[in-house]
Amino acid sequence: MRWLKKSGRGAQVSWWVSAIVTAVCLTAAMVLSGGRSKAYTAYSLAVHKTASIPAFARKYGLPCSACHTAWPELNAFGQRFRDNGYQLMNDRDSPIWQNPSYIPVTFRMTPNLHRESATKQPVDAVPGDSTSGLVSRTLTQSGFDLSGMDLWTAGTLYKNISFVLLPSSDNTGAFHFEAAFVRFDNLFNNRWVNFKVGKFELDNLVSEKRFLFLSGNGGAYQSYHFLPAGDVNDFGLGDNQIGAELSGHSDNSYTRYGIAVLSSTDGEVNLPTNQSYDAYLTLSHAVDAGALGVERLGAYAYLGRRPTYFQTSVGVPIPGTGTGNKAFYRIGLSGDFFFGDFELLPFVMHASDNAYLATATAANVALPPGVRDAQWNSGFVEAHYYVNPQFVLTGRWETVRMSQQADPATPNDFGNIDAYSGGVRWYPIMFSRAGLSWHTEVSAVRTRGSAFSPTDNVWTTSLFSGLDFDF
Amino acid sequence: MRLHARLVAFVSGLGVLLSTVGATGGSTQESHIGSLTGHAAAGKKLYRRYCIGCHGPDGDGAGENAQWIDPKPRDFTLAVFKCRSTPTGTLPTDEDLFNAMTRGFVTTNMPQWLPLTGQNRADLVAYIKTFSPKWKTLKPGAPITVPPEPALTIESVLRGRQLYQKMECWKCHGPRGHADGPSAATLTDNKDLPIRPYDFSTGSRFMCGATNRDLYKIFMTGLDGTPMPSFADDIKPADGWDLVHFLRTMQPLKTPELAIWSAWLASHANELKPIGPPGSGQ
Repeated sequence: MRWLKKSGRGAQVSWWVSAIVTAVCLTAAMVLSGGRSKAYTAYSLAVHKTASIPAFARKYGLPCSACHTAWPELNAFGQRFRDNGYQLMNDRDSPIWQNPSYIPVTFRMTPNLHRESATKQPVDAVPGDSTSGLVSRTLTQSGFDLSGMDLWTAGTLYKNISFVLLPSSDNTGAFHFEAAFVRFDNLFNNRWVNFKVGKFELDNLVSEKRFLFLSGNGGAYQSYHFLPAGDVNDFGLGDNQIGAELSGHSDNSYTRYGIAVLSSTDGEVNLPTNQSYDAYLTLSHAVDAGALGVERLGAYAYLGRRPTYFQTSVGVPIPGTGTGNKAFYRIGLSGDFFFGDFELLPFVMHASDNAYLATATAANVALPPGVRDAQWNSGFVEAHYYVNPQFVLTGRWETVRMSQQADPATPNDFGNIDAYSGGVRWYPIMFSRAGLSWHTEVSAVRTRGSAFSPTDNVWTTSLFSGLDFDF
Repeated sequence: MRLHARLVAFVSGLGVLLSTVGATGGSTQESHIGSLTGHAAAGKKLYRRYCIGCHGPDGDGAGENAQWIDPKPRDFTLAVFKCRSTPTGTLPTDEDLFNAMTRGFVTTNMPQWLPLTGQNRADLVAYIKTFSPKWKTLKPGAPITVPPEPALTIESVLRGRQLYQKMECWKCHGPRGHADGPSAATLTDNKDLPIRPYDFSTGSRFMCGATNRDLYKIFMTGLDGTPMPSFADDIKPADGWDLVHFLRTMQPLKTPELAIWSAWLASHANELKPIGPPGSGQ
């Protein structure tokens, strides 16, 4: 490995060996999993969900591993850096100290080979003949592909005034603003008072933006996005939201809190719903467990509302005129526990959506008889084993269980999910200038209920291997 | 017999390999900070993760980022450290290294490693001590005694000001502490690299801490490897506190020292002789 070599020829040889090994192994993986192509996919890697910023490494001269357990996931040092507004809290934080040639921009993308498969999909019995009836098929596709791209710029505008701007594209190049905010750090010279406004990631202890999974089925936490069938709520705990956040932390960031007020738009611009606001509260505390590492436990609560109908013009809903707001909430606990090189990330959630939202019923009409709030519980356990700073093994098990269907006639287990993911990330290049990871992952999701029967188990699976680069 | 011979050869080879590894001695180094015992073997992994980019795989300050960093990363192979509680020319205590790592160096790229667990930092201290043979042959110096801080008075501040002139601190730090003394541009460290004196007007923290006690230790122990000498043989302990009180008035902070100094200065400014060469100073 480059890290263990002295500078000079040894380092060059090591670099080339790593590159060649990467190329050979990737080619082998391509050969082994290629050659099958079908038409359907639920592939969702169109937009990168994760973030790591080598622009910071370039600014401060630190390797990726200083702030990341394995990029993009933050370690305790990186969390403190982020909590301080992307500042190390020395005299070099203000941009006045930056070399004029420093470019505070980061590009991240993942050329990849992937295979997606879904069982029990409704397909016309005769292709092209919509009258031939639907039959159940397993659909599979595979091939070379691109991920979306992140184009990060972030840092300090001045000492204690930081910013993030993240134009992000899907894999067709269609851009949107995934994040954009200004943050006033250490207000009143107090680290417990930081205030930011804009679009940002919710202060989730287990971040979906900086996690170690990329595949179509594994590249999102089911718990963060699950909604019962027929529910019109659009909220996702993993989605960046637009609003303002007050946050604070102890000197070592072992204790942290966040209070956010957010537009009820799930991060969509132009206020498409109405004038309602949501709130998100987080609190976590970590302890120094000696050689084991830093052990963190946190609690969160998201309280939101969504409109159930809109004013209309000639029958067409008028954007921004949503009304008949109904409530929903997500509450739970999460943790981040280290046992030396082994990391465990547990997460549990209880969720509830008002009956109107769950059944797509306008609040100005009566609910169907017997209908009630939809409620469910979910959770996951994610494990990482850091063989070294450049090699990590990952695994995750996740479950979603309906505890109360909105419609009593719906089977209790309809929509339940079990998800499994495992993978490996190898970072043959990890400098303070850029990073490259060879990411390989297998994911499978079993969902209860199909278009044919509520008792069917539908499996969707992903095989993924890609070169995740960050410059 | 051939199998037996191969087994003997293998075991012998393994023994030689292990003894070679053991002879490096690196992995057996320990540190002791309070109730913590740091182990170099554990520190090595952490060093690779956090430190190697600047300090280099051999601890010689020649990491891949070193060329971009000013001032340069510490060269651990020399075992010369700025921030110590021990007399000049001696090794620091484990706690000195631990505190330096925790605190960081505000005027450099060295960040505060406070979020790492205490055990992690102790392990890193142990590993840092493997880079120089001095840690095997020499013992750390005995920490200096820091007397209790006397009450702050305007007389103490004024005596400190006189010392600042007498000890020629102004030659490097400048008459007003702005690091613009006549010698400032000529200073080099022990590796002949340019080095700047501390500018009191720019920050709230000093190189080796933020408290009055930390400041006292800086000029009683000196910053080894830099032109900043130890004044332990030149001034009395009480004089050291006078100097602390005066230096605090140079910082852009609302310190008690500055308050008492400003109040006095309002009515006595014309009584002061300038510091440094004629025509300059406060």
